[in-house]
Amino acid sequence: MTAISAPQRKTGGGAEGRRPRRSIVLNLVAVVIGLAVWTLLASVGVQGMPGPAEVAARAVELVADGTLAMDALASLRRVLLGFLLGTLLAVPVGFLMGWYATARGLLEPYVQFFRTIPPLAIIPLAIVLMGIGEVPKVFVIFLASFLSSVVATFQGVVDVDKTLINAARVLGASDRTIFLKVVVPASTPFILVGMRVGLGSAWGTLVAAELIAAQEGLGFRMQQAQLYYDLSTIFVGLIAIGVLGLLMDRLLLLAERRLTDWQERR
Amino acid sequence: MTTKISFRDVVKTYPMREGTFTALDHVSLDIADQEFVTVVGPSGCGKSTLMSMAAGLVEPSAGQVLVDGEPVAGPGPDRGVIFQQYALFPWLTVRKNVEFGLKLADLPAEERRRRAERAIELVGLSDFADALPKTLSGGMKQRCAIARAYAVNPKVLLMDEPFGALDALTRVQLQDQLLHTWSQDQRTVMFITHDVDEAVYLASRVIVMAARPGRVQRIIDVGLPYPRTEEIRLSPEFGRVRNEVWHSVYHQAPAA
Repeated sequence: MTAISAPQRKTGGGAEGRRPRRSIVLNLVAVVIGLAVWTLLASVGVQGMPGPAEVAARAVELVADGTLAMDALASLRRVLLGFLLGTLLAVPVGFLMGWYATARGLLEPYVQFFRTIPPLAIIPLAIVLMGIGEVPKVFVIFLASFLSSVVATFQGVVDVDKTLINAARVLGASDRTIFLKVVVPASTPFILVGMRVGLGSAWGTLVAAELIAAQEGLGFRMQQAQLYYDLSTIFVGLIAIGVLGLLMDRLLLLAERRLTDWQERR
Repeated sequence: MTTKISFRDVVKTYPMREGTFTALDHVSLDIADQEFVTVVGPSGCGKSTLMSMAAGLVEPSAGQVLVDGEPVAGPGPDRGVIFQQYALFPWLTVRKNVEFGLKLADLPAEERRRRAERAIELVGLSDFADALPKTLSGGMKQRCAIARAYAVNPKVLLMDEPFGALDALTRVQLQDQLLHTWSQDQRTVMFITHDVDEAVYLASRVIVMAARPGRVQRIIDVGLPYPRTEEIRLSPEFGRVRNEVWHSVYHQAPAA
């Protein structure tokens, strides 16, 4: 089982304030060098490879005719729906598994077994059983985010400091109060880390799911472009996937910082 | 004086791969009402286990633990417990931590606030009432934990090496503060420590325990007057008692 270490993980960023100017400058320099290398590779003739300018032009076209927005929305809708359902189920199930030994005994074999199967490997089965509509894609994303969140929540509950539970008990807290007032807040950092991992794996799964069977979406658009040898569109798709993934991760990170600001960070 | 906490022939054993491990071997001990008792002993002597039984966090394998003549059945707010690791809820401010037990007691908000305020003031944390634990020093965290225990007005205080993780200066300050509070409310205290100086400075009686199996080795009457002062801490009588305790802690004859 993967141990998830939430509490003492983060350094850099938020807590210490903004990054020093020097490192931002270095980041920008790296981007410029990357673009230059890309331009060079494209111009000395890696077969069919578009340069940054061509890709930018294609991106403008795709934005202008609304294709990019439509694809991005389709992809986001799938991922958010699957992720939301997965997390909503994972948190109570994780709490059950962490709090009741019986629930853990009954559920853990399934959770551990399905965790070893990459969600993508479920796609063929999902398509056969659920057709090629939205359902199998959302299902696969649901599964991916459920599995990472459930393990994180369960781990968080198991790892709650026993002294905190004892401190509540000696003040007269009932099991119910201990659960609501101690276990839930104490495991929140773990759950949020699980959600971030889950979102990452959901996003990865989504694009692959769209490569196989879809009518719209970023993965589908790239698949189409591949048929027509349209590398510019593939590049636009890749960059869009990266940017959207990064944005979602940052948003969750922000939520995590706000909700778990009480943690001692080392 | 009446007996407040009574350990009667208490045994605690843990199952091992082969046989059992005896953590406490027929311990009997009475702590009087309003008494300040410290328990010292080498690690593994079961001193924390003994305290946890009075707290209701550990059940004896045999024998009985009575508080006010009633057998202990689980933890309860009549016995305040201070842990070495502070055990503050890190997501709650100092005030909310102190109010935690008061909320469980279903007190009206006004009363809750008043009592929390008083407990926070007692430990000198008024300026930090709205701070999160992560911003406090170790000594302040422990003072907050003490305020949290005081707030629910327990009949006895059970303290498990509460100052063990603090620097020497802070430790002395908190010892004096604790004695000062105790001199005012005369609440029974059972205080676990491995620091011989601390044990002698605080207590009217020092219980020296021995390990393997955990048992009471000796009970030493300190016989020094309260209030304890720096003068007493540096006096020859203090040194004599300390040497006596030191000797029975560190030069124990092995168990027969």
